[in-house]
Amino acid sequence: MTMELVLKLLGIIVVASPAVLLGVLGMLLLCGAKLTESMQSGLTKTGVILGLVAASAILVLMLVTGSRYVPIEFGNWVSIEAAHYHFHLKFVFDRLSVPFVVLSFVLCGTVGAFANVYLHRDRGYRRFFLLYALFLLGMVVSSLAGTIETLFFGWELVGLSSALLVAYFHERPGPVRNGHRVWTIYRIADAAFLVAAITMHHLTGEGDFTRLMGTRPWPEGIASIAPGPAFAVGALLLLAAAGKSGMVPFSGWLPRAMEGPTPSSAVFYGALSVHLGTYLLLRVSPLLAVSLPLRVLVIGLGLASAVFGALASRVQSDVKNGLAFASLTQVGIITVEIGLGLRYIALIHMIGHACLRTLQLLRAPSVLKDHQMLEDAVGAHLTGDSVQTSVGVAPWQLRLYLFALHRGHLDAILDDWIVRPFLSLFRLFDSFERAWTNFLSGGDSRESDRLSPYGDSLEDVL
Amino acid sequence: MIPEMHLPWLEFSVLLPLIGALVVARLANRDLARSVSIWLSGATLFCAVGEWVDFNTLATFEAHDHWDVIRLIFHRDVFVIDELSAPLLPLAALLYLTTIMTTLRTKMNRFSFHWTLFSESVLLATLACRHQWVIIGLLTVALIPPYLELRQRKQNTRVYVTHMGLSVALMCVGQWLVGREANAANPPLWAGFLLTAGALIRSGICPLHCWMTDLFEKATFGTALLFVTPMTGAYAVMRLVFPIAPAWALQSIAVLSLVTAVYAAGMALVQRDSRRYFCYLFLSHSSLVLVGLEMATPIGLAGALCVWLSIGISLLGFGLALRSVEARTGRLSLGNFHGLYEHIPFLASMFLLTGLASIGFPGTVGFIGTELLVEGAVAVYPLVGLAVVIAGALNGISVVKTYFRVFTGTRHTAAISMSCRTTERITILVMVTLIIGGGLIPQPGVQSRYHAAQALLAHRSPSATNGEPHQPGHDEHSAHQ
Repeated sequence: MTMELVLKLLGIIVVASPAVLLGVLGMLLLCGAKLTESMQSGLTKTGVILGLVAASAILVLMLVTGSRYVPIEFGNWVSIEAAHYHFHLKFVFDRLSVPFVVLSFVLCGTVGAFANVYLHRDRGYRRFFLLYALFLLGMVVSSLAGTIETLFFGWELVGLSSALLVAYFHERPGPVRNGHRVWTIYRIADAAFLVAAITMHHLTGEGDFTRLMGTRPWPEGIASIAPGPAFAVGALLLLAAAGKSGMVPFSGWLPRAMEGPTPSSAVFYGALSVHLGTYLLLRVSPLLAVSLPLRVLVIGLGLASAVFGALASRVQSDVKNGLAFASLTQVGIITVEIGLGLRYIALIHMIGHACLRTLQLLRAPSVLKDHQMLEDAVGAHLTGDSVQTSVGVAPWQLRLYLFALHRGHLDAILDDWIVRPFLSLFRLFDSFERAWTNFLSGGDSRESDRLSPYGDSLEDVL
Repeated sequence: MIPEMHLPWLEFSVLLPLIGALVVARLANRDLARSVSIWLSGATLFCAVGEWVDFNTLATFEAHDHWDVIRLIFHRDVFVIDELSAPLLPLAALLYLTTIMTTLRTKMNRFSFHWTLFSESVLLATLACRHQWVIIGLLTVALIPPYLELRQRKQNTRVYVTHMGLSVALMCVGQWLVGREANAANPPLWAGFLLTAGALIRSGICPLHCWMTDLFEKATFGTALLFVTPMTGAYAVMRLVFPIAPAWALQSIAVLSLVTAVYAAGMALVQRDSRRYFCYLFLSHSSLVLVGLEMATPIGLAGALCVWLSIGISLLGFGLALRSVEARTGRLSLGNFHGLYEHIPFLASMFLLTGLASIGFPGTVGFIGTELLVEGAVAVYPLVGLAVVIAGALNGISVVKTYFRVFTGTRHTAAISMSCRTTERITILVMVTLIIGGGLIPQPGVQSRYHAAQALLAHRSPSATNGEPHQPGHDEHSAHQ
């Protein structure tokens, strides 16, 4: 068996393990099979461990052989030869993707084990692990994507699973509204990504990263694209990354996402999902080198996000929100590092931050208990009991405090300037339509106007 | 000579539901009427699938039945299928079968099975037909069952009659003005304009779309779904306008359709009634199909043909899921949360999956089609591509919002089981298989639609027939591939 064949086999296992896990859990759910918690967690463990072992084996083999670029070709998923249209399915193991995919498996595995206990006998246990499998598949596909279309595929799976997990406690309207908010931001980011992908397709004839970023292994690729188109594509990708990573001006969804169960908060918004935007920027980093204005834009956005995150995290009154904004600070700094061309530092920073934040978020629900145990062990009160006397603050400090407390008014700005005018406009159109159909009908034309919002009592109907 | 299929699939497909309608109309027992309707529409689906398989084995652009009775009597090829219509027949038959199957007992008294079978027959005849006047005639006949239902339910029919009357009148006048020598190189402008206007009203193009929302308000959900989902307006555009309109005119129609797609997507976001919401969602998607159809480029047209099939399947599933929920709860307001997930998780899954498939979510049947559509649009007008993406994003937001409104929120405690019935489960499984199967293995479908797009464009161009002007219906024995 040749080394190439072994690597290909391992590569297939890495991608197939979360895909099979998702397929099995989904099919069983659809067929109405009642899986016990132990069976479900067993399947999840098997999928994650298989993928992790295969990914680690690839890492070892690459280190042993000195290989820095291992493409796993699956051929064309869709191909129209006459129109030169190809949807190429290709996964790439390189210095960027291998650490990220190993990190994904390690953190997902850890969080899966934690969630197995945390959500024990919870009504949504099965739903959680189905969405968890969807997320894992999305992360693996995004990490290893060798073409921009494949990356988009994984990117969308991550977005859907994230939004549905924010709305996990769906009997309360709060988490559901927040889940919808997250989904809305993600759709805007996805739209930017799709336009960027299609523009790249037009510029290079295909979506393969090697065509755009050069054939040399990451991070030494040199983009073969003019500065103008590079700026256009890069700006769209930056918008997509900002939406996915909760950077300014989309930061409002980060604390909202904390309404989900702690395990998903930890793995999504503390560790992996929040870094997917920066991962995208790292993947297309040769593009940044071509256009100076683009680099300035990236650095500016990263800086603004870092400063905003630092300010907002200091005034949060609960631990998960504090950690969410602290994450944003680090994501902003990582973005600045990418803009400055410090690619390895950004990668190491990303991995270290993801691990630290996962640990912090997983410990967050029991932080008071930890504190009490520590006091019991020490035998004395620790710090934090004394009430600080008020100190005078300057007006600018107060304004800054209010700015941070209101989270920069970012949500309010988006609502007041985009969402409400948009909805008002279409409600106006709706009233025009009502008037038109009433005119044609010679009277009231809408039965649905008389529909009571709470008129669907199940017992009455049945 | 046009190649023949091995059996008279088309005639079977049209006659079976027609005979069924006559039989079912005489049945007083509603349960029996439903069972007979299911079997007959199942048999019709079998014939329609047989037609599609048979047609594919012939590897030709167009074909007609083996024992074509109409040809024997009138010496004209009226029932001829081609690469455009061949997959639309099984899709239409599936639409009717699944709608009848998922009609629960609570809705049996309102839903007319015999008129449904009659509509199925008319629809299949329309899709199997290529003679312009017969198509216009069948499109007119198809207006009767919804009209009778509205009258029976004592609803105001003025909006429906005004719009549909205008549509039929415009198509008739337009077709009357079309000369025998008309083609894309020698376009009859006024005739083309009137035909386009008539077909676009039938498609619900903005601002003449209000009949569609009115129909969803006043007719039963099943009837409205069956009338709108087959997209006969788009079919009329392809049969009546596409062969004779110049490229610039088609691309102008595409821009008009695009405005409708974005407008309807925005309107879907502000609706408070589930039926109106579905109507706008469908309108947005069907307009996107028109955008691609009128791009008149192979990629754009192939994308539109793919999306036509994918939204036919996905929005059918989406509409049926919504209808099944309504059958349990009564008409749904989207102004509040209904908390139905725990009662009907299968319907919730189907609702979300079909909704995501309609917006072209990765891994579902609509993904590649949407990509091709955007690709084709960008190639013609980059801004059009951007607008298609915006419409898709808005539709994605509204699909998940509606899912949340219907299935999440404080959980109801029902005294009796609301779980899915067997027929509903079968429908869900069929839909999931089609959506995921088509999403994971898209190549055969995409290849076939691209081939169809090329053939349609070639038949539209005079050069494809050695300089002879070609217009299907006028030239019955045109060259075929």
